[in-house]
Amino acid sequence: MKEFFLGRLTQDSLPHDWVTVGGTGTFIAMFLFAALILTRTKRWKWLWNDWLTSVDPKKIGIMYFLTAAFMLIRGGIDVILMWVQQALSSGSSHGILSADHYQQIFTAHGNIMVFFVAMGFIFGLINYIVPLQIGARDLASPLLNTLGFWLYIGGVVMVNMFFVLGGQYAATGWLAVAPLSGIAFSPGTGVDYWIWSLQISGIGTTLGAINFIMTILKMRAPGMTIWKMPLFTWGSLFSMLMAVAVFPLLTATLFLQFFDRYFGAHFFTALGGGDPMMYTNLIWMWGHPEVYILMLPAFGIFSEVVATFSRKPIASYTANVLGMAGVSALALSVWLHHFFTMGASADVNAFFGLITLVIAIPTAVLFFTWIATMHRGLIRFDTPMLWFLGFVTIFTIGGVSGLILAFPPADFQLHNSLFLVAHFHSNVIGGVLFGIFAGISYWFPKFTGFRLNERIGRNAFWCWIIGFCLSFVPMYILGIMGATRRLDHYDAQTGYQPFFILMLIGGLVIAVGVGLQIIQIVASIIQKGNLRDATGDPWNGRTLEWATASPPAFYNFTVIPHVITRDAFLDMKRLGLPEPHYEDITMPKNTAVGIYIAALAFLVGFAFVWHINWLAVVAMIGIIIVFVIRAFNEDSEYVVTAEEVKSIEEARIAATAAITKKSGAMSEQEDMSVREFVIYVYDFAIDIIRNKKWKSW
Amino acid sequence: MKSSLSAKQKNNPSLGRTLLRLGTGLSAFGLLIAMLLRGKNIAILDAKGTIASQQRGLIFYVLTVILAIAVPTVILLYFTAWRYRESHSTATYHPEAKTGKAFIVAIWALPTFVMLLLAIALVPATHKLQPNKALASSTPPITIQVMAMRWKWLFIYPDQQIATVNYVQIPKDVPIVFDLTADEAPMSSFWIPNLSGQLYAMTGHINRLNLMASENGDYRGRSAEINGAGFAGMQFTARVSSKQDFESWVDMTKQSASTLDKATYQTLVKPSENNAVTAFYPVDDSLYADTVMKYMGSHDHQMTAQTQHEGMY
Ligand code: HEM
Ligand SMILES: [Cu+2]
Repeated sequence: MKEFFLGRLTQDSLPHDWVTVGGTGTFIAMFLFAALILTRTKRWKWLWNDWLTSVDPKKIGIMYFLTAAFMLIRGGIDVILMWVQQALSSGSSHGILSADHYQQIFTAHGNIMVFFVAMGFIFGLINYIVPLQIGARDLASPLLNTLGFWLYIGGVVMVNMFFVLGGQYAATGWLAVAPLSGIAFSPGTGVDYWIWSLQISGIGTTLGAINFIMTILKMRAPGMTIWKMPLFTWGSLFSMLMAVAVFPLLTATLFLQFFDRYFGAHFFTALGGGDPMMYTNLIWMWGHPEVYILMLPAFGIFSEVVATFSRKPIASYTANVLGMAGVSALALSVWLHHFFTMGASADVNAFFGLITLVIAIPTAVLFFTWIATMHRGLIRFDTPMLWFLGFVTIFTIGGVSGLILAFPPADFQLHNSLFLVAHFHSNVIGGVLFGIFAGISYWFPKFTGFRLNERIGRNAFWCWIIGFCLSFVPMYILGIMGATRRLDHYDAQTGYQPFFILMLIGGLVIAVGVGLQIIQIVASIIQKGNLRDATGDPWNGRTLEWATASPPAFYNFTVIPHVITRDAFLDMKRLGLPEPHYEDITMPKNTAVGIYIAALAFLVGFAFVWHINWLAVVAMIGIIIVFVIRAFNEDSEYVVTAEEVKSIEEARIAATAAITKKSGAMSEQEDMSVREFVIYVYDFAIDIIRNKKWKSW
Repeated sequence: MKSSLSAKQKNNPSLGRTLLRLGTGLSAFGLLIAMLLRGKNIAILDAKGTIASQQRGLIFYVLTVILAIAVPTVILLYFTAWRYRESHSTATYHPEAKTGKAFIVAIWALPTFVMLLLAIALVPATHKLQPNKALASSTPPITIQVMAMRWKWLFIYPDQQIATVNYVQIPKDVPIVFDLTADEAPMSSFWIPNLSGQLYAMTGHINRLNLMASENGDYRGRSAEINGAGFAGMQFTARVSSKQDFESWVDMTKQSASTLDKATYQTLVKPSENNAVTAFYPVDDSLYADTVMKYMGSHDHQMTAQTQHEGMY
């Protein structure tokens, strides 16, 4: 009876080891704290109505950013644990973690960074910026979008669920290759959490991608032909096309693995006539494109940044777009380079090696278009541009190492070594993450109405660069010394230890960089009067997102612009902005359907993790019911009348005028330095303590 | 349009100072790394076998060709960025500058040319260094059957009738044929970086790895692919010795070791970590083939125990 209701959940399922319990405590404390603040300030309703149920892609974008930033820190703590373990665990010392625990941590690290940090930020940026860039008021399907977001959140919760129940995550590496991830070798709930975390968020990605493809293809402002689209929109389009092509493959693979584990099927188990090599193939057919799904929007961001800060249109726009198209198409067909070492014939290996080489051609073309864009420009080096230069440096290192790995015989030596790990971190950090940082510092004034503190931003940038070199140069060297990835312990005679210690030091420098980024945001908020941008266009932008207010009104544009050339907003500035006239605007209504479905989907996953069959069935029926109810709901839009638009716009213009007047006097003040920030916080704290200000809380 | 940021432009440190700092930092770092590397075995560069040294040669070829284009490109990018910086008023700002047809052709042609240089090396190298390709030599090869288990390596010398755990000895300058498989273990990867690149060891398959050592010594080997809790300890020593030493080692092993029959094997195959070196003699003849066949029961793969697996391709 108990088993029927609770499946395999027992008291033993609660976590006991100290790191996990610490994590659990931290999570619970944070949630209680947030709940306390919300209750004190009576903000629950506001949270639900204004944010959680919102279908505004800008708000969803912000929610993606916050979640991804939180997960970056969560995944970062994993990294620190891994670095410390590897720095210590040599010879007779075994470090701070058991092998099994160490393996869970790097698995969680990989999943969190790829799915919940990189994907989260990229989806956040696409949500916020793409509709603005194409001159749209909302999305092709606002419902799909919020559903996609909430499924992502479902995945986030699932990946952290083991803190609460089960106490263990998959110990298999981020792709959980078979047969290691099969029930025979991984009997616990860890792999099940892995499956359902990726399954839920992966389905969300597919839905989100379908929506953005439709939005980009169907909802562009009049005059914006496909060859006039901004490059970030292009990058996002290619990325989403790839996502639609390969995420269903991930979904299928995860289902097959689930059948193996849950129902004892034998798709991927050799003894029952299945084939583990098929798993490797399937997962990489999705896995390789996945890294490019992250990279293409980042390419787009860099193109925007280079053009804006060089004050020139992107050179050879067509070549740039074709370059991205080439990368995307080829990225779908190189997956086998991830397992040259599985023993395929020389012809097969050579074929996939060759296509991998070909990918470098369109990538190089992108580089050349950026150089040509800077040529004869008037270049400013604000932080987005610094991230670009950092990207160029580190991504080149990653590309060179990638080309070495593209040679099957060279890969036999370097596969699974730390050289490989250094390769993809060069690209994922130097390419994707720096792209995200460039994008966030570039569009931050759009999100908030004030720009980021430049001084602290520069400090953070240098910490990232120096920290990266300190930790990843040793990693390349360790790979060449024959150190494999995922070692929780190594012999003292290997001589690896000094390099692992260097890596730890580099990691701490990066951690300081992250700390500075947090300080940068807080300092910018403190100084926001001074950093205010009332124009909506702080960088002399070229594309339509800069034509809106900062932050934009919920309907984005009062008047949908007519696009003449690629630099649509630059034209508007040259030719004079259109006189605002006000018209009725139809907007989608907020809806909680996404939350309900995602919560139910989460329950399905949870039920399968713990073998609570009735709950899985109930939750699945629940999903169907919610869908049906929603399908009969005709009333999903509302009209903002011209009158209302007028009063909103006039209020904004008045507020802007007031700010412009005020900030005029202050704009000479410099951005605060880290030191000034520390003094400010210190004074602030002293003030609270001296004057007993907490009493009024 | 005047930008709200123009007040911030003084934040431009001089190029000379930046370069100096960068140069000092990089040289200090390089020096440190060089010091730390002194006397260490840099396995992939310190190749001690014919295959490993060819693989090293290939890595250097690729590196040279790519760096020949990548370094100038990156320097050109830095140089352009610096030359057209805002504070450098003598450079001509020309927002309408267009790129010509020649430029477009060049930016596609140049990387294509470099990739061609790489491609003509890739195909022959891949065929030449295909792991299952027999090595040309006047000496007949020695076959060693390798089984990955949780979490140890079992080496069976079918001709010598001996077997060892986590230790393999081979004679110098003699072609060695490793036939890799696995039993009751997830995919593992067999790697002795000083001697040759790695290859997966999988249940129900035989992957063949040929190599030939060219210098005596003890080299590290291990599983490079994660396969569970005992992964880090799944390592072995590969000793390369003279032919005589090899033969006397075989003889010695025959005298001191115990038998490896099916019963002993059943205990051996159970999961265990950080296993000590052990040796067996004699070894059940059918052990290896039976283990491979065990996983091929319902398979439609037609495979004899000696063919290289060609996968599903
Ligand atoms: C010129 C471009 C590139 C080339 C030639 C290249 C080549 C390769 C090759 C051959 C491998 C397989 C190595 C092995 O497993 O032995 C690999 C692995 C990988 N690459 Fe790249 N790559 C390139 C760019 C990128 C980019 C842009 C990203 C990410 C944004 C990336 C991310 C990865 C990841 C995540 C892995 C392996 C992950 C794992 O095994 O866990 N690569 N790359
Ligand atoms: Cu790949």
